[in-house]
Amino acid sequence: MSDDEGRQATMSTAMVEAIATEMRDNDEVFYMGEDVADYGGIFDSTDGLLEEFGHDRIMDVPISETAYIGAAVGAAQAGMRPIAELMFVDFFGVCMDQLYNQMAKNTYMSGANVNVPMVLTTAVGGTYSDAAQHSQTLYGTFAHLPGMKVVVPSTAYDAKGLMHNAIRDDDPVVYMFHKRLMGIGWMPAPDGPKTAVPEEPYTIPFGQADIKREGADVTVVTLGLHVHRALEAAAKLADDGIDVEVIDLRTLVPLDEATILESVQKTGRLVVVDEDYRSFGLTGEVISRVVEAEPDALEAVERLAIPDVPLPYARPLENRVIPDSDDIEDAIRKTQP
Amino acid sequence: MGTVTTTQLRSMYEDMVTARYYEERLQEEYMEGKTPGFDISAGPIPGELHLAAGHEAAAAGVCAHLTDEDTVTAPHRPHHIAIAKGVDLKRMTAEIFGRETGLSAGKGGHMHLFDPDVNFACSGIIAQGCPPAVGAALAAMKRNESSVAVAYLGEGAISQGAFLESLNLASLHDLPVIFVVEDNDWAISMPKGRISVPQDGSKRAAGFDMPGVRIDHDDATAVYEAAAEAVGRARDGNGPTLMSVQVHRRMGHFMGDPETYRPEADQQRHQERDSIERLAADLEAAGVDEDERETIREDAHARVDDAIEWAKDQPEPEPDAALEDVFSNPPSGVTDEDPTPEFAGNGGADR
Repeated sequence: MSDDEGRQATMSTAMVEAIATEMRDNDEVFYMGEDVADYGGIFDSTDGLLEEFGHDRIMDVPISETAYIGAAVGAAQAGMRPIAELMFVDFFGVCMDQLYNQMAKNTYMSGANVNVPMVLTTAVGGTYSDAAQHSQTLYGTFAHLPGMKVVVPSTAYDAKGLMHNAIRDDDPVVYMFHKRLMGIGWMPAPDGPKTAVPEEPYTIPFGQADIKREGADVTVVTLGLHVHRALEAAAKLADDGIDVEVIDLRTLVPLDEATILESVQKTGRLVVVDEDYRSFGLTGEVISRVVEAEPDALEAVERLAIPDVPLPYARPLENRVIPDSDDIEDAIRKTQP
Repeated sequence: MGTVTTTQLRSMYEDMVTARYYEERLQEEYMEGKTPGFDISAGPIPGELHLAAGHEAAAAGVCAHLTDEDTVTAPHRPHHIAIAKGVDLKRMTAEIFGRETGLSAGKGGHMHLFDPDVNFACSGIIAQGCPPAVGAALAAMKRNESSVAVAYLGEGAISQGAFLESLNLASLHDLPVIFVVEDNDWAISMPKGRISVPQDGSKRAAGFDMPGVRIDHDDATAVYEAAAEAVGRARDGNGPTLMSVQVHRRMGHFMGDPETYRPEADQQRHQERDSIERLAADLEAAGVDEDERETIREDAHARVDDAIEWAKDQPEPEPDAALEDVFSNPPSGVTDEDPTPEFAGNGGADR
């Protein structure tokens, strides 16, 4: 399993490599977004692609998300495989009809006579004081609405395999990359997302969570940036003899319930960590899935999420609401006998 | 300018009388069990029903220039456009009746008709069919195909961002797309003068450096000629056109709409302007006499009656079918037999 040897890559490099490979193999794949061509993506999501593929296939578009994301829907229904980038997920409000009423529903509304093989890439997450309109993850919002597969990589390895699968999928996939993990020069990533990445293409099927750390005492279920914060907490707790298992969901739709249940049956203790809002979201969903399936499995449960406030600007305020590794450590300790 | 042939006139007439009779028959079926007190949940046709009697010329005149390869997106009032585009009438009718053999197996209904065989799709959300039509045109351009896309919308939609953004993107890339505004003067209860400046939707074109053409009389032949130029321009790679066609609303916005907001004189006026009669006069002049027109009408009516009878005989879907078709692939998204398993599951070297 382990591939410690080999080339190390950032998450953005791995993601771009998958896109480039698919574009070389399939003329029907193209990329549309704001500042994706000459700039290479504000968060490096298309870095270097213009040089190889040109402006016809790496398309800068008007600041007009409804038009170009809707155009991606139309091109996908015509059989092409567009990738459309929503620069920040927070901008979904200006194009939600195309995302939700067209992209996500046309397959179902047509009785699957029509399908929409497109990828929506979008940057998510906070930790750099971009405040309420540029820092959300909105994981729960997208996962709540049926008709979209929702992918959230936390490492370069996962980013590449999930992107190959996303482009090859015949259904709409929302690929949410966390800005803090991309390895952008001006937004240093924590240790962790940069991993060994095989040169050759590979796919990671959706709905397979990954156990990023095995442990016997407590299960932490999380995703994205918080995989790394949970691993940091787990490393500290190991010194105190608390053995933490960290599950990276990798995809929210579909959700790998089996891996969560198996782990919780082993540990009996669950901490769910999210970078989205607390109420009506991922933490409540994961806990209720466990309770529905195994009502007696849990001896203790905790959840961490944004406490139902918009993301604030000033550093102490933002730090207060986004769970960090100390918060995770505390939550884990609360579950221990 | 395209000069219309007798065959084309006859074909448009056939589409238009089919569509008119279809709406009249659906109205009868729909109102069954819904009178005297209107109850939207009663009767053989579920849901809302937006009928297009009086809009036929806009559909027939444009779609006469299209092939199955061309894409059309229609709004919530789609039947006449679907008929002109060649959507399977029986399966469309079964869909409207919510039957298993409907176009979408009963999952879409009358505002969400999809027939990929003729590249026809709908959106029930005002103006939101425009961006996907632009996308179909973009796909045609990228693939070097000569197909075009047509987005239909009502005059009430001309202030929607989706429409205006679509005009920009289409014009920016000279995409082969034609926007057709069906102007029936009314956005449900709001007359266009109360909600839009300018009232003529085709004037929006000027702001996006594209040709805008207004057909201000409800005349299939005039629509045909304007569309010949617009579709020709698109096929030749010379970019989009915005057309606005005056049509007439002969029925309520939706069935059950009491139209209490609408002056009687306006209702009268819309009844009097009949594009079908106007086209009949063109046919007469072209030597297609009333006997021949009656045969066309009888055939059309028989086809509609057959489709409705067939649809009503079709089974309703199994309730559990509601749980299918969210995705076309398995949730895992794996389309290959072998997704390179030696790598899958490895979350990264040092993770």
